[in-house]
This record gives sequence, C-alpha cells and structure tokens, in this order.
Amino acid sequence: METLELKKQKVEEVKPITISGSAAVLEAFLAEGVDTIFGYPGGAIMPIYDALYDYNNRLKHILVRHEQGAIHAAQGYARASGKTGVVFATSGPAATNLVTGLADAMIDSTPVVCVTGQVFAHLLGTDAFQETDVINITTPITKWNYQVTDAKEIPSVLAKAFHIAGTGRPGPVLIDITKNAQLQMIEYSGYEKCTHIRSYRPKPIVRKEYIEEAAKLINEAKKPFVIFGQGVILGKAEKEFTKFIEKGGLPAAWTIMGMSAIPTNHPLAVGMLGMHGNYGPNLLTNECDVLIAVGMRFDDRVTGRLDKYAKQAKVIHLDIDPAEIDKNVKATVGVWGDCKETLPLLTELIQQKVYPQWLKQFKDCTTKEEDKVIKEELNPSKDELTMGEVIKLLNDLTKGEAIIVTDVGQHQMVACRYAQMNQSKSNITSGGLGTMGFALPAAIGAKYGAPDRTVVAIIGDGGVQMTIQELGTIMQFKPDVKILILNNSFLGMVRQWQELFHQNRYSFVDITSPDFVQVAKGYYIDGQSVNERSKLKGALETMLNHKGSYLLEVKVGKENNVFPMVPQGRGVAEIVLCKEEL
Amino acid sequence: MQKQEFTITVYTENQVGLLNRIAIIFSRRKINIESLNTSPSEVDSVHRFTIVINEYEEVVRKLCRQIEKQVDVLKAYYNTNDEIVWQELAMYKVPTDVIAEEVKVERLLSQHGAKAVVIRKDYTVFEVSGHREETDKLIEVLEPFGLIEFVRSARVAIIKNSDGFHSKLKEFEYKEPGEHAVENEFLDKNQEVFSM
Repeated sequence: METLELKKQKVEEVKPITISGSAAVLEAFLAEGVDTIFGYPGGAIMPIYDALYDYNNRLKHILVRHEQGAIHAAQGYARASGKTGVVFATSGPAATNLVTGLADAMIDSTPVVCVTGQVFAHLLGTDAFQETDVINITTPITKWNYQVTDAKEIPSVLAKAFHIAGTGRPGPVLIDITKNAQLQMIEYSGYEKCTHIRSYRPKPIVRKEYIEEAAKLINEAKKPFVIFGQGVILGKAEKEFTKFIEKGGLPAAWTIMGMSAIPTNHPLAVGMLGMHGNYGPNLLTNECDVLIAVGMRFDDRVTGRLDKYAKQAKVIHLDIDPAEIDKNVKATVGVWGDCKETLPLLTELIQQKVYPQWLKQFKDCTTKEEDKVIKEELNPSKDELTMGEVIKLLNDLTKGEAIIVTDVGQHQMVACRYAQMNQSKSNITSGGLGTMGFALPAAIGAKYGAPDRTVVAIIGDGGVQMTIQELGTIMQFKPDVKILILNNSFLGMVRQWQELFHQNRYSFVDITSPDFVQVAKGYYIDGQSVNERSKLKGALETMLNHKGSYLLEVKVGKENNVFPMVPQGRGVAEIVLCKEEL
Repeated sequence: MQKQEFTITVYTENQVGLLNRIAIIFSRRKINIESLNTSPSEVDSVHRFTIVINEYEEVVRKLCRQIEKQVDVLKAYYNTNDEIVWQELAMYKVPTDVIAEEVKVERLLSQHGAKAVVIRKDYTVFEVSGHREETDKLIEVLEPFGLIEFVRSARVAIIKNSDGFHSKLKEFEYKEPGEHAVENEFLDKNQEVFSM
C-alpha cells in the first residue's frame, strides 16, 4: 500500500533537471497522453519546434497546410477519439487563423488545447513583427486562455489547460507562450496533473431531490419524449443512456451533435431533431407531455420559434452546464450534473414501461415522411442522382461502421438524415458554428483519432474549396481518408433558401469547381468522378476498397431541396414535407 | 416584469484578462454596463467586481450564470437596490474665491455633506459619497458658481444578506464539497423558476 509518507519520498527522489520551456511543453504533452500534434511552424514558435526535433519519435506531428486545418484536424481527432486534440501555431496570422476553429470548438464543446507562439515578452504591445493580441482576440471563443511569459509557469499552466479542456463541458483552451519563455531554462522535477481548480467546478455533486422530481414526472407521463445531444457522447454515457430509454420505453431523438450516441437503428430511436430533422420528432415535440432533454442546449435550429416550442410539455433538462438550464427553454425540473452519474440514478427510479400507442404515432410520422420525402430521395425516379441515394449506397457498403465527417450545407443535412451509424463517435460535423471547410481537415484528424475505423469525409463542392489545401497534408502524411464530394454545382443550401424564400433570386450561389479529380491527382491522390447511377455503386466500392486516400466526386442533381423543413421563424410543429406545403 | 437596476457582485481570482472576459459577456449581448468597479474583497487573494446594469431579472440571472461559468470566476450574485448598501464617491473642483466670497456656497456644501479634500488658493476639491441622485444634485448646485471639474466613481456595494466569502471559499477549495455546497445553491434559490 502506498502511504502518504512513501509517496512523499518518491517525489523527493526525483532530482530536478534543467530543461527549456519548450521541452516542458512537450513533456506536458507526453504526460497527458498526447500522441499527435497538428501544427505549422513559424518564427515565434521556433524554439518549441526545435525541441520537437528531439521528441519526434514519441510525438507525431502532422504538418498541415493552413492553421485552420490544424485546429479542425484537432477537433476531428478529439471527436473521433474522445481525447483532447492538440495544436501548434505561431504568433500573428497563424494565431488568427485558428479563430474559426476555436469558435467552432467552443460552440460544439470540443476539447482542444492550442499552443501559440508569441513575440518576446519585452516586445509585447510594441506592434512587433507577427505580434497580435491573441489572448484578447480569442477570449470569447475559448473556455480558458492564458499567456505565459515565464517558463516556470509552463508545467502548471499546461496541466490546467488539459484539465479545463477535457472536463466538465469540454471546450478549447489556448496557451500563448512568449518566445523568451520557450527559450528559458527551468528546473524541472516532473509533471503534475491538475485535478482541482478552486474557481472551477467541472461538475456538481448530484442532488437526489431533482432526480426524484424528474423520475416522478417520467413515471406519470403518458407521452414522454427524450431528446439528446452530444452531452451523452462527451459524458461517455452511451450505455447509461441506452439503459435509461430502454427501461422507460422512451422514444428518443437526437440533435445533429448527439447523433450516433445510440445506434441509428435502435428500436427506440425516432430520428433527428431540427430544421431538417425528421418529421416525427419535430411534430411530436409539440405533443409529448414530458420532454426529457439530455446533454443538449435547445439550439434555435432545434427549437424553431421558442414561443411555439413544447409549450404543452413539462420539461426535464439534464445538463452539466448550469448556464444551459433555463437559457432557452424553461425547465420544469433542471437536473444539473454529469449525465453519466445522473442517468443511472434516474434509471433506477423510473418504472419499466412501454408506450406502444405513442411509439406508433412516431411510426406513422415516419411512414408519412417516407412516402413524401424519403422514397424519392433514396430511390429517385429521375435520372439525376440525389445525395440521399449516395448515402444509402454508402450505408450498404460500410454497414454503418464508418466515421462520417460532414461539412456544412445540404450534403450535411442529407448525410445526417440518412447515414446509418452503429457506434458512438461516428458523426463528426460542424453543428453549432456551421463552418464550411470543416470536413476535410476534420477527417484527417478523425483518422488519427480512430486509426482502425474507415473515415469518409462527405463534402459539398463549396465547402471543399474552402480548405482544399489540406489535400497536401493527406499527400504528405497519407492518412487513409475517403473524400466524397457531392457536387451539385451550387451553394446548395443558400440556393434552396433563395428558391424558397427569395423568389428564386439566385444571388451568387452558382459556384464553379475545378476538376476535383485532376486536383487530387496533382496531390498524388487517386480519384474519379461519376454522374451516372449505374456507376455509382462501383465507384463507392472502389473508393472504400482503395488502399489509402481516395477522392470520389459524385455529380448530383443541381436543384434538389432538403426536406422536411422547419422554416425559420416557425414552430417545430409547422414542419413542412415539401415546397408546396410552405 | 420591468427593467430595473441590479448590482452584480462577482468574486474572482486575480487574473490578467479577466476584466475583458467578464466585460464581453455584457457587450456581446449589447448590454450597457452602467458602472463597474474592481477591488480586493474581504478574502485575501480574491477579487471583487461590482457591476451595475439596468435589465430584466431574467436576463440578469442568465448573465450571472454565464459569468460564473468562466473558469477564473468563483461566484456571481445579483441584487436589487434594496438588498444592498451602496455608495458612489464624487469629487468637485470649484474656484476657491467663489466659496470664500459667497457664504451661501459653503452652506450648500455642508448641506450636501461635502468635505473639502484639498484647499488651494485657486481651487478647492470637495468630495461627497452617496447615491447617484445626491451627487448629481450637488452638480446642479455648484454649476452656477463655476464648477471646474466633476468626477464620480463606480458604485461599490455591500450585500445586506451576506456572510462574506470566507466560508464559501473554503468549500471551493475542497475537491469534494458537501452535498449542499455553494455551487448547488442556484437550484435552491430559484424555487420559483423550477416551479412544477
């Protein structure tokens, strides 16, 4: 048994060694279990890169082609692995290039630690070369940020950074280290992980009385309805969640971020919520009597008009972030806590039940949706290809085992509507921020985060052109990423809105594309383009069976719309199935 | 419900950049800060922000949760004016000769509880602490006599119904606080919010 005394002796045995601040950064990474860094070197971070030269056998560094690519890759890594993603970037423009990714990671609660270089401390505020006020620029889009000017702080600050990024409601942390601190030599006697910060409580002790109140509401419910978000995945509570809905016989719908927490074909899964979600879960949100929200934040894309949202229902809201409870939708019972802890407590108190009538209502909605939307999307009667049929074939071939990384727009909605997912962490997308250009770099990161899984990046012709330079990263480091471009020769989602709400006034949505296959070829990545149904399946097989990365462009119908849709400014029950219903 | 004046008291770590982190919580939502004061608190090493805004209670409650969510923030409270004792300090610079000549002015100053801080041949500086209406009134009084400079500090406030932060901080310092630890109190306090 290890006594406190023995522990103390052990610590004392460690003789301090003299290392540079830069080496202390890398030591911290090793101690935190980091295996992959996404980054790009530059002037103000050169000492760290110099130290990295000696750590090259223990830390993999992926040289991206743009810092935005680095942070999206780190996000993809984090989302696929459940670990914290790590980024290196230099000062000035490199740091500002991280901004989009930080904002994305902030709104989608992704644990990322970014280390940026900064000019020498004595130059701060002098408008030095490549100096920018990164700390203040990134304050609203980081969970925490800190500038290090003294290397002695590096071990403890990085320990804090990893603790903050990965616990509670995760989020991005940025540590800005001045060049002098990177060069400074310090006495280093080992790394100590941070487990407690007095001003930071990642999760509370669960209060049973709220669990009891929630259980009472669920037990009395006639039409209970569970809606869940990424909190279930971030909390690693997939099993606890499944037990909860299975015991209660509760129909459950996911937000886009919650997708894959339970298999998409689970008998109690009723589909996706939101603007382009499924018909049933949207419509019946306004019919349930108890709405149980788990690890989700009632985004406006989920709720539609708030004053028409679930007004008839008692709302139970389980969340780890107290600021989310009552923020958009007032909770009848707010259960503040980590859902990995709260769900089992709740499961224990609820009765074993089934709601065949209630579930049938969802089924009827599905039938209606299949009839009006899904059938034509998945088995089109027209010659032009639909995005839906591509996803359907992909499901057949991957059997729902692949990680699907999507960008933003129509293809994202279609992919999330129709993709089959059997295991958690299969859906990686930019949900909250809606960052076009997210998918390609995120897919690279996802492959490093889950090397044994097939990673398919599904991207539109618009989004892929925003971060297409990351093909260079794929070329150089050869992560096996399947790139599936669904090309409708339009900025499809904007075009859809212009058609539906702006009287067909197509204002700058007509986007031309390069020959993607030729572009890929330039990067030594194989690929092909198809526009015929007869060749589609074979092309997808070729892509999936190809050794290494592959780019497949599928030319789909130009003016297809994504339905159903909850038009902006309307209630969820006003969801429409086709243009004519608008 | 109406907009009213709320005083937000925030206990924080003393950290560079935290002022910005807190200020942007307001500016992001286009909420104007009427007054902001930072100072040490009753606890060594703990900083105290006093922020005054004019808003609906619902908004203020949400703002406090957003503030409390910041890593370096220990706790945020909000109070209406009758729940606090508060003061603002105002200073007035007036020409000394006017005061010397006009007895009326001296009387007015003492009526308003003004104390002379500096008396020089050319000017005199008075200070008054009190509520805004009181300090404002003295401006009106002094203006006809050639008020040279005026400045007023931010509000500082003491919460009537507070035991200070000492014991709370201790709870924060425990890794595993008791079941009734401070951070759960928002659930208790807002019984009305969580109405069944």
